[in-house]
Amino acid sequence: MKFAIVVFPGSNSDHDAYYATRHVLGEDAEFVWHKDTGLGGADVVVLPGGFAHGDYLRTGAIARFSPVMQEVKRFAAAGGPVLGICNGFQVLLEAGLLPGAMLRNRSVKFVCQQVHVRVEQTDTPFTSACAAGQVLRMPIAHGEGNYYADPDVLADLEANRQVIFRYTTADGRVTDDANPNGSAHNIAGLCSRSRNVVGLMPHPERACELAVGSADGLVLFESAVQFVSQGAFAAAPHA
Amino acid sequence: MRARVFVTLKPSVFDPQGQTVTDALHTMGYVAVRHVRQGKYFELDIDAATAEEAKSLAAAAADKLLANPVIESYRIEIA
Amino acid sequence: MMERAVLERHGLAPDEYQRILEMLGREPTMTELGIFSVMWSEHCSYKSSRVHLRTLPTTGKRVLQGPGENAGAVDIGDGLAAVFKIESHNHPSFIEPYQGAATGVGGIIRDIFTMGARPIALLNSLRFGPLDLPLVRRTFEGVVAGIAGYGNSIGIPTVGGEIGFDESYTGNPLVNVFCLGISRADEIIKGTASGVGNAVYYVGAKTGRDGIHGATMASAEFDEKSAEKRPAVQVGDPFMEKLLLEACLEVMKTDALVGIQDMGAAGLSCSTCEMGSRGGAGVEIDVSLVPQRETGMTPYEIMLSESQERMLLVVKQGREGEVERIFDKWDLHAVRIGVVTTDGRMRVKDRGDVVADIPNGALTDQAPVYRRPMTEPAYLSAVRQLSLVSLGVPPPVAEVFARLLASPGIASKRWVYRQYDHMVRTNTLVVPGMGAGVVRVKGTNRALALSADCNARFVYLDPYAGAELAVAEAARNVACAGAQPIGATNCLNFGNPERPEIMWQFARAVEGMGAACRALDLPITGGNVSLYNETDGRAILPTPVLGVVGLIENADRVVRRAFQAEGDVIVLLGDSRAELGGSEYLKVIHGLIRGVPPALDLAKEVALQQVLVEGAAAGLIRSAHDCAEGGLAVTLAESCFETGLGATIDLNSVPVDASYMKEVATLFSESASRVVVSVSADRVSDLFALAGTHGVPVTRVGLVGGTGIRIAIDGMTAIDTLLVDAERIWSTAIERHFEASRAMA
Repeated sequence: MKFAIVVFPGSNSDHDAYYATRHVLGEDAEFVWHKDTGLGGADVVVLPGGFAHGDYLRTGAIARFSPVMQEVKRFAAAGGPVLGICNGFQVLLEAGLLPGAMLRNRSVKFVCQQVHVRVEQTDTPFTSACAAGQVLRMPIAHGEGNYYADPDVLADLEANRQVIFRYTTADGRVTDDANPNGSAHNIAGLCSRSRNVVGLMPHPERACELAVGSADGLVLFESAVQFVSQGAFAAAPHA
Repeated sequence: MRARVFVTLKPSVFDPQGQTVTDALHTMGYVAVRHVRQGKYFELDIDAATAEEAKSLAAAAADKLLANPVIESYRIEIA
Repeated sequence: MMERAVLERHGLAPDEYQRILEMLGREPTMTELGIFSVMWSEHCSYKSSRVHLRTLPTTGKRVLQGPGENAGAVDIGDGLAAVFKIESHNHPSFIEPYQGAATGVGGIIRDIFTMGARPIALLNSLRFGPLDLPLVRRTFEGVVAGIAGYGNSIGIPTVGGEIGFDESYTGNPLVNVFCLGISRADEIIKGTASGVGNAVYYVGAKTGRDGIHGATMASAEFDEKSAEKRPAVQVGDPFMEKLLLEACLEVMKTDALVGIQDMGAAGLSCSTCEMGSRGGAGVEIDVSLVPQRETGMTPYEIMLSESQERMLLVVKQGREGEVERIFDKWDLHAVRIGVVTTDGRMRVKDRGDVVADIPNGALTDQAPVYRRPMTEPAYLSAVRQLSLVSLGVPPPVAEVFARLLASPGIASKRWVYRQYDHMVRTNTLVVPGMGAGVVRVKGTNRALALSADCNARFVYLDPYAGAELAVAEAARNVACAGAQPIGATNCLNFGNPERPEIMWQFARAVEGMGAACRALDLPITGGNVSLYNETDGRAILPTPVLGVVGLIENADRVVRRAFQAEGDVIVLLGDSRAELGGSEYLKVIHGLIRGVPPALDLAKEVALQQVLVEGAAAGLIRSAHDCAEGGLAVTLAESCFETGLGATIDLNSVPVDASYMKEVATLFSESASRVVVSVSADRVSDLFALAGTHGVPVTRVGLVGGTGIRIAIDGMTAIDTLLVDAERIWSTAIERHFEASRAMA
């Protein structure tokens, strides 16, 4: 199976996502340039972290107009698994593939550190290999990860079980101290209503080997492999 | 024609940058400054025959790109 | 004849102007005068420092590129090279902290990728005034935010560094930035122009008036009017640089390039004449073809602009289309602005009219070189006197211990480094704040340990010995991680070289640095000199920073500084003496910088580092932490912090004149060549045997375990505190200093 790693000008975790999927996981992976109009027949699409277009204007605001995003939307609409990591999550928000928006961290500073997130839902392509309530240790590295949505939207997200990762303590408790950026409801990651589009601020691709601090993030990619190999996503257009 | 577009966070949205500036001003003794909201300002030089046309173009730009309707609102002035 | 005022404004001395007249055989045009002024500035020409720098060791079996190129390079095996350099951006960072620091990061990254290397790690060495001053806090916050803003955006992790504080840096902070990249050893690219008729390309950001005379600004002292020089500060665009980085590395894969150089200090002037000079060729450009951001720019302004994120390239004939297409892909437009010629001259035209025509050599090799007068500074004999007895009875050691842990120089810098993305690229094996930064080299089993160090108090008290100690400490730090030190880069920050006392400090420090590097077999492959670091006639502490690269053969055997397991035995390598000269203790408790620095025996240092490297490779050493500021007590505490494992220690007292100073001298003296290591109980004898082989003193001092830090001296308890309490003091001190400065604001 094949991961497509979308490269926007200014992406900087594209190589890390490639390394995690290709070298750690051992699956096929390919970079897709943002001006491309196809996804190279990939089974899973990853929008990596970074500062697409310098994050000028707003994070992810310009990237959503890249030609490849039309393909990503089509792929997602057909049920294809899409993972947005950090800046990729911000792009998904700007593109309307996920609801809400990001504000500056409440500390008004960039924060890079290990955090803990609790897996809230396991019926998505990127959490199917997790246990419900499992706590994962992964790093964050962002200046704008303070998730915001209107109260109505937040209520919908909770009602539809779209919050799939929440910042918690190491033992899985949702506390304000465990919230590194001020996100509403301690939200670290979401899925779409159709559940196949997932975005999160922590970096699972940076947590795939113990040598670099944690291997807890690998389970997201393993989930995707499992999801695809079980034919759960048979209707994808192999463009 | 020049359009000025002021983008600010909606009143209901917490503005950590504005809050930080408020706090800084207060510690500097400017306690009369009750609150600060931070925003963005754009100048658009537009080829348009009328002010209405320029305004509608600027509004389209703001809707589509300059502002994020989830968290931001905007105001346009034509000069 | 040029007016005197014009020459003064250009920082050119009358005899330097005479020399220009002789070299040209005529009066220079204004454009030429501007070019000479920047190329002959201290920053570009190294005119005061060059005679001394020549004495440094720069060769070795691993050296692939020594000084003279954009960066140095050493062989790290597997056909790969580590390309690295350190550079200062002190003056711009004082005038505008955020942009000054950001563009410093941008500049050093360009130096690395122009060599064909992909940058994989950044370090920084910073110096500020006391943190409780509001001015210092603003500078500090701005510098940190600027480094973060640029490095995070471009996606290169900041994996370590050091920060020091002293009153002398209040009006003159130091921002030294180090970058390391990896390239194929046989694909290192040079900054050279050759091949008559080859096209000269300009690519990157458009040229504006920013930074004009930045290089001459970096060569003049600050005074109260400096704040007015704000327009000279450049503004960085990390997104543009990211595009340039990716596009240039892609172009370099094609073999279509002859050479490439970034436009840093002195901008287009410097890149044009240096590339021509290195290639033994000439370069002719037309400034009217240079992409410009502002209207009405003169040739003078275009040649002197220091707009950031710009590169000059020489492309092989017939390959132009290929190169242009790659830049187009990245939305960059490479513009042909000139051609390589045979005559060894830099010829600048403006719409065809010649506005400057100078032999390259006049701007590079034949630039003035000064052997400036030197005098031993008068302050030295006074400050070197230190009578411990005269200090009186010290405060209780528990109080001293707490105050040292809270001292900004020692306290945790987490507030700083968590603003830096230190994990991007997934190579970081040891994160900042834990000794040397360690990054693995993907595709190999190897890792590199990086450290930048200088204890400027020691250099102030004895420039020669202080520089030796800086080299030893930086190398020891990478050795603690298990790395063999293989290459170094230096950033020499000093005051005004026209003052004989400063020149003496500089010369002695370079001698000491050279001696230590020779003893440790550590070639210096490049670096940077920053002079005129003074405010209103007061110089900074002399601060020769050394950045060291160490090679770890087996990335699985990286040693960390924190204790790893309960029951492990704590061992001290090296000898302790009562050496409080220049110590953190004297500074924090008594407000003094006095005495002589700790003694250093370079042969013993080499032996110690061999024990560390061999002990790590054999899997014998479980943790290792160098003793530096704050002495043994602080080192032991820091060894406990990361993993939260306590320690029970019993130290032998060191002999001291005044008996009531015994505890202080034992706990806080800063004797060199000492490392606290831990080892599993069943391997203690192996470690003693290894140390014995190398003649390194070795003492068993305690055990890892428990929830406290208990340190006894000759069996008598001296410090007994809960680990969580000590850690809270250490980890929150920087924030607390910020609170204090806010209260003063």
